[in-house]
Amino acid sequence: MNLKRNIRSIQPKLKMDVLSPDDIAKIHEAALEIMEDVGVRFPSEKALNILEQAGAQIDRSRMIAKIPSTVVMDAIDKAPAHYTLAGRDMSNDLALDGKHCYLSTDGCGIEVYDLETGIKRSSSKKDIEDSALITDYQDCIAFYWGPMVSAQDVPAEVRPLHELEAAFTHTTKHIQPETIITEPIAKYAIEMGAAIVGGIQELRRHPIFSVMQCSTDPLGQDKGSLEASLVSAEAGVPTGFMPMPMSCATAPATLAGNLVITTVDSLSPLVLIQIAHPGAPVFFAAAPTAMDLRTGGYTGGGPEDHLMAIAFNQICAFYNIPLSMGAYATGAKEPDWQAAVDNSFAGLMPVLSHTALLTGVGLLYGSQILSYQQMIMDCEIYDIIKKLAEGIEVNEETLAVDVIKRVGVGGNFLAEKHTRKHMHNIWQPVVFDRTPYDAWEAGGKKGAYSKATAKAKWILANHKPTPLESALQKELKRIIRAAEKELIR
Amino acid sequence: MQEQELFAKMSHTILKGEIEEAGELARKAVEMKIDPIVAVNNGYTKGLDEVGRLFRTGEYFLPDLVAAGEAMKHALDVFDPFLKSRKTEKKLMGTVVLGTVEGDFHDIGKGIVGSMLVAAGFEVIDLGVNVSAQKFLNAVKELKPDILGMSALLTTTMPNQKKVIELLEEAQERQNVKVMVGGAAVTNKWAMEISADAYGEDAMAAVTVSEQFAATSVKNQANLTPTINRIRM
Ligand code: B12
Repeated sequence: MNLKRNIRSIQPKLKMDVLSPDDIAKIHEAALEIMEDVGVRFPSEKALNILEQAGAQIDRSRMIAKIPSTVVMDAIDKAPAHYTLAGRDMSNDLALDGKHCYLSTDGCGIEVYDLETGIKRSSSKKDIEDSALITDYQDCIAFYWGPMVSAQDVPAEVRPLHELEAAFTHTTKHIQPETIITEPIAKYAIEMGAAIVGGIQELRRHPIFSVMQCSTDPLGQDKGSLEASLVSAEAGVPTGFMPMPMSCATAPATLAGNLVITTVDSLSPLVLIQIAHPGAPVFFAAAPTAMDLRTGGYTGGGPEDHLMAIAFNQICAFYNIPLSMGAYATGAKEPDWQAAVDNSFAGLMPVLSHTALLTGVGLLYGSQILSYQQMIMDCEIYDIIKKLAEGIEVNEETLAVDVIKRVGVGGNFLAEKHTRKHMHNIWQPVVFDRTPYDAWEAGGKKGAYSKATAKAKWILANHKPTPLESALQKELKRIIRAAEKELIR
Repeated sequence: MQEQELFAKMSHTILKGEIEEAGELARKAVEMKIDPIVAVNNGYTKGLDEVGRLFRTGEYFLPDLVAAGEAMKHALDVFDPFLKSRKTEKKLMGTVVLGTVEGDFHDIGKGIVGSMLVAAGFEVIDLGVNVSAQKFLNAVKELKPDILGMSALLTTTMPNQKKVIELLEEAQERQNVKVMVGGAAVTNKWAMEISADAYGEDAMAAVTVSEQFAATSVKNQANLTPTINRIRM
């Protein structure tokens, strides 16, 4: 049965800043200085030609473009502040309007804690179908990012298209792959999207997928990603670039220095896109972090991440372009205390600074292992954050002076009409354990993890997302076959 | 300057990761006609041992270690021609050619592996990122390294490690080099599947594995010059 529910976005009222306007201006100026003096590597002839025409100074042998600040600012001014990420089902459209905050899954994991056996194994296409199905059901999750894991059971050359197919067929929500990183794959992906919505013009009006790239920090981009994003932008498919500068490794140890790198690496490709396709929908993205000082590892959590999440949001607000902030993504290896601490802070901070998109739930060990339980538990964290960020409403009705007068000294509010009217606004857990001690013990000491396991299994057994028409399913398969013919040598 | 004083200063440059200064002192030693092997063993290596100890006890962090490795490399570069001319080529633990496979641009982990190997006394030739199978093969043919290390962080680029091994086999170079693989996506199982000689989960493992290779290497056994002490984690 289709158990579809409306998407639960957050309209945050609480606001937290860590940078002063003066701090933001300093970071902005430093970023401009770096782009102009040092430049950014764009290892694509296509990209370099576009930048050169706009007035950038090009070093062909090193493929570096030094971009004057006027070129940067002119280009960035053309980027739209608001637009919509569409869903296959239009009731799942996401308005990026500067007021709402939407949650996605995390993405591109390579292993899975099997839901039945609990054992860690390689990820497959089936895991994409399952995690997309859970995404479709969970009202907290607004769009499917990634894909959550890699479909390692299909040929690498066309893997992103299989992944897209698995997602399109198992959720009607918006999809944002991070794997469309070559021009040919991007063309096929666009063909798939256009087939579903009824043509390339319709896709422009109703982009049911968008494309996220990674920057190659520090001060660099990737050829395939740039070229894939250029063709996507041309088709009106929104694109953004995510740097993940690690303080001490790919960024200075200081957080302000890291933010300069994050800004340059996220902003510079958008400059290219706006020069090539003025007004194309674009977004900022970022997952800045600090290196683990002992192993050199990607920490995926820690106070620096949370501070930079707020700071970079403020910087993006300054440019007036939506931001997708890397959140959750704990470094913990199991859904444990560390995962909860990491993901609570990492989820909260970007929301308090009003990010547009939050990526995302469900992966462990620095975005490498999918846990269906973690997915459900992260949704609960999000739900708490939603309640927090929406703050306290103060008016005559909520002050409830009349009710207080009526109940008076020593009474209680249980039977009041006012209580029944407003009690639904009180946060209710799904997996938090609040059973009395004895009942908990008698029930086999089951906590959040057990409940999350049961919930994930229940969703997979019961929820049937609106299927894609069979003719369209066939068309997707045909496109993938054509891609296989061209791309598998 | 007295020899003893120079050795103490050499050790200090490693301890503090003073890269330029480490090179300068090496040039000074050459001027003073001090045997490079003696300078390395009585000077720089003392610093490396201390760095290793401080890292073990948690006082030093990875950037300290990397800087120490860089300083060491700088000094060894200065001594290199002198050591070569004395035909003590196999002065080091061995040579490692390192690279990230084609299609893959992740280089942080590979860089750390490289620095740790340098610190452990290996000569490391880093081919960079996005290295094609042919380029790996050419490097093996030309540089004749003892060990080839390949990094892959993406499930889509892992198969390129296999490609390199197959190409080495075709070119009949496979028996001449030990192959170790690593990177986030890589597992021990994968390493076995593609018939690599070893898998290293992290940089420490890469060093341990390389040391084992060095210990069993025929080339090294024939070499009588003392090997440089290594940082022990
Ligand atoms: C930082 C990072 C990046 C940076 C890399 C910057 C740089 N200069 O290297 C950037 C932003 C550029 C990047 C890009 C991409 N990335 Co990336 N990236 C990461 C991240 C977060 C950390 C990697 C890292 O540096 N770790 C720290 C180092 C120290 O660890 P390490 O590399 O594993 O190395 C250690 C060991 O593995 C071992 N080792 C490493 N090499 C070797 C070699 C030998 C011989 C031995 C013995 C040992 C060994 O020793 C090292 C030290 O202990 C990982 C996630 C993760 N948690 O690992 C994703 C990750 C690897 N990336 C991922 C993806 C998808 C991408 C992109 C495709 C995204 C995109 N859409 O553009 C691109 C690909 C670009 C390309 N073609 O290579 C996925 C891979 C998923 C998959 N299915 O394979 C991951 C897992 C994250 C995710 N879930 O999305 N990425």
